[in-house]
Amino acid sequence: MEAEDKEARLQLERSLKSFEPQRTNLIPMLQSMQALFGYLPPWGMEEVAKYLSVPVGEVYGVATFYNQFRLTPPGKYQVKVCTGTACHVKRSYVILEEWERRLGIKEGGTTSDRLFSLEKVACVGCCALAPVVVVRQDSTETFYGHMMTSKVNGLVMEVERKEGNGSTQ
Amino acid sequence: MGLPSDTPARFAQIQEEASRRWKALWQDPRPLITVGTATCGLAQGAGEVMGAFRDAAARMGLDVQIREVGCIGHCYAEPLVTVKMPGMAPYLYSRVNPTKAELLLRYLVQDGDPFLDFVMGALQEDELMPPVWDLPRFHYEKRLILEHCGLIDPEEIHQYIAKGGYRALVRSLSLQPEEIIAELAAAGLRGRGGAGFPTARKWEICRKSPYGIPIVICNGDEGDPGAYMDRAVLESNPHQVLEGLAIAALAVGASEGYVYVRAEYPLAIRRVKKALQDASSLGLLGKDMLGSGVNLDIRLFEGSGAFVCGEETALIASIQGERGMPRPRPPFPAERGLGGRPTLVNNVKTLALVPKILENGNGSFSGIGTDSSPGTMVFSVVGKCQQPGLVEVPLGTTLRQLVFDICGGMAEEKGFKALQIGGPSGGCVPAALQDTPMDYETLQEAGAMMGSGGIVVLDEEDCMVEVARFFLEFTQGESCGKCTFCRIGTRQMLELLTRITSGKGTPEDLELLEELARDVKQGSLCNLGATAPNPVLTTLRYFREEYLAHVQEKKCPALQCRELTAYYILPERCAAGCDACVGTCPTEAIYTMRTRKKAVEQDKCVKCGECVRACPPEYRAVVRISPVTDVPLPEAPRAEKNSH
Repeated sequence: MEAEDKEARLQLERSLKSFEPQRTNLIPMLQSMQALFGYLPPWGMEEVAKYLSVPVGEVYGVATFYNQFRLTPPGKYQVKVCTGTACHVKRSYVILEEWERRLGIKEGGTTSDRLFSLEKVACVGCCALAPVVVVRQDSTETFYGHMMTSKVNGLVMEVERKEGNGSTQ
Repeated sequence: MGLPSDTPARFAQIQEEASRRWKALWQDPRPLITVGTATCGLAQGAGEVMGAFRDAAARMGLDVQIREVGCIGHCYAEPLVTVKMPGMAPYLYSRVNPTKAELLLRYLVQDGDPFLDFVMGALQEDELMPPVWDLPRFHYEKRLILEHCGLIDPEEIHQYIAKGGYRALVRSLSLQPEEIIAELAAAGLRGRGGAGFPTARKWEICRKSPYGIPIVICNGDEGDPGAYMDRAVLESNPHQVLEGLAIAALAVGASEGYVYVRAEYPLAIRRVKKALQDASSLGLLGKDMLGSGVNLDIRLFEGSGAFVCGEETALIASIQGERGMPRPRPPFPAERGLGGRPTLVNNVKTLALVPKILENGNGSFSGIGTDSSPGTMVFSVVGKCQQPGLVEVPLGTTLRQLVFDICGGMAEEKGFKALQIGGPSGGCVPAALQDTPMDYETLQEAGAMMGSGGIVVLDEEDCMVEVARFFLEFTQGESCGKCTFCRIGTRQMLELLTRITSGKGTPEDLELLEELARDVKQGSLCNLGATAPNPVLTTLRYFREEYLAHVQEKKCPALQCRELTAYYILPERCAAGCDACVGTCPTEAIYTMRTRKKAVEQDKCVKCGECVRACPPEYRAVVRISPVTDVPLPEAPRAEKNSH
């Protein structure tokens, strides 16, 4: 774990150094940190604060203001249920609830094996395909249009099969 | 502005190269296949279709060119593919999947049979197939912003130039700033971001501001749920927007600019980045543009997803690395904004129209649309219509034309109930007003708002109270928290609406709701708060009886509100022995009665509606009933449920 920690700190340091220490770079810095780790770890926000010479509270304030940033590690598969207007009138809340039931977690949570995390997003801009679910894995996003509750089960089983036989086990 | 004489010559050289490449592409003896790969196309499987074309062509030993293009706006028909065979017109094929891709290669490319079953139309005059322009949708449309979208490769700057791109910018280099602004003023262009402020006046204010060198910003922070035209434009033809931004910079005298795009649009970000690089490497942006001595440095800024950042001052705060909170105006950003300097913020569509006006002349623009709202507007029409997608029509087109003539009418033969226009800031316009022309003023009178142009078609199964609650939930969550009325007022309104939709409301709640709505409108700094009550006010105005049914009879007339609706299987319609609904129920709430017919165990039912969908159309036995007290008890005591 310690070696991993050190490696992560080095990575962040390298990433921060590519920015001028200016307040206007705060959001791009947080974005690149999230691209590295998938979330904003508390120690990372402290590093950013030090680098910019601003209070940690300021960094935390910005990080919590914007929807893009997450403060907890995501699952290997990040499930995003679109709850935009077009999806809502096509009952996306039913899809969201089905994910909650199927994964046994609430919106915003991560399964205990860190395989799935579940969140709702405002609009992914594919309204003609409502309801839409986006599954993100290793920075590639797969869109699933015209979702149905029965498709949720299929997607979960597909992942479980893949992971069950995969080398991660 | 003394323009060095070699600027036009340098541009002519670029144009020559561009048209050479364009001709080479179309005159190539190999068949040309283009696939629409904007986000919506990809979501429908355009990526797999591209792969299928490549694999199958390799397998069959066919030499074809496969190119990516943007989005043509016909989202219902995605993935869209164009095939151009040498000596034939290009044909547009809709709903292509990997199997169809292989068939196209076999029939069309190998055998020369145009495979008319899946053709939407030809993309030029043709003897065999009517052109797509004859389809009703294209017929009503007038494409200025979307003109090249879906027809050119967004990652190839030469294709845009071959289509006449960047001509307006080069022309503007030889104009005085006042002349550029005068052209826009004569065209009557108004901001397409929502409020409809005259663009020329904004530019004028920015140019005359004494607070330093101006900055220009393209606002692509499209946060309105249900609208995605800015994404489509940035993904399908980013250069037109950059050209508009560059012209804006010339007019106000800026040498720096930003394109602000939501982080949720990764493809748009990628394509804008590529476009910026390409334009700079050709000398159309950057230092000493085309040898004219003008410098313009444009950068991309990824917005982090806050609806309020669509508001100019909040957007500027977020570029400065702050929380995106609006500040009081005046001073307006055009006078004093980013870093205390004059800052011009224009919407993606506004900027995309600028090159068109300068190229075609202001008369051709002001001749389209209505007197007070000239020009065209891109609407994203989604929801319960047959053919959702993006449409660009002259302002003044009626709502009826939009829904029925252009978007194919209602889906599933349901009744047309209302249109939600303008997202969380807009309102619901009832079907009775469907002959209303869409322009800034008329929509405002109806209580709605043009907003960013997002339109959601609602049918008889949509509960208007629930729609209002949905939008308030959204704005409540997105309120930045600065103004008390917006922060707490919207929260109280949301609680009232939640009470009403769950059957706990009283008639007094409606009055309280109206009172609060007025206060929130008045007590908010920015338009997020000032327009947040619009969905509630318009639904109260046009659909009051629906609210009354909720509070007085505890009934949801649209059978949507889940606390007020129950699912029931009509025994006389249910077919004994059919198990279609049982397997789809996610909570195993459907059981078999002694008669072998099915019934719903109400305590377990989560009201997802899957059983309605699963019940075969010849039975249609599952119905929704409201109020829940109307649900009859199951006929027979349930039996043998746990017997195995």
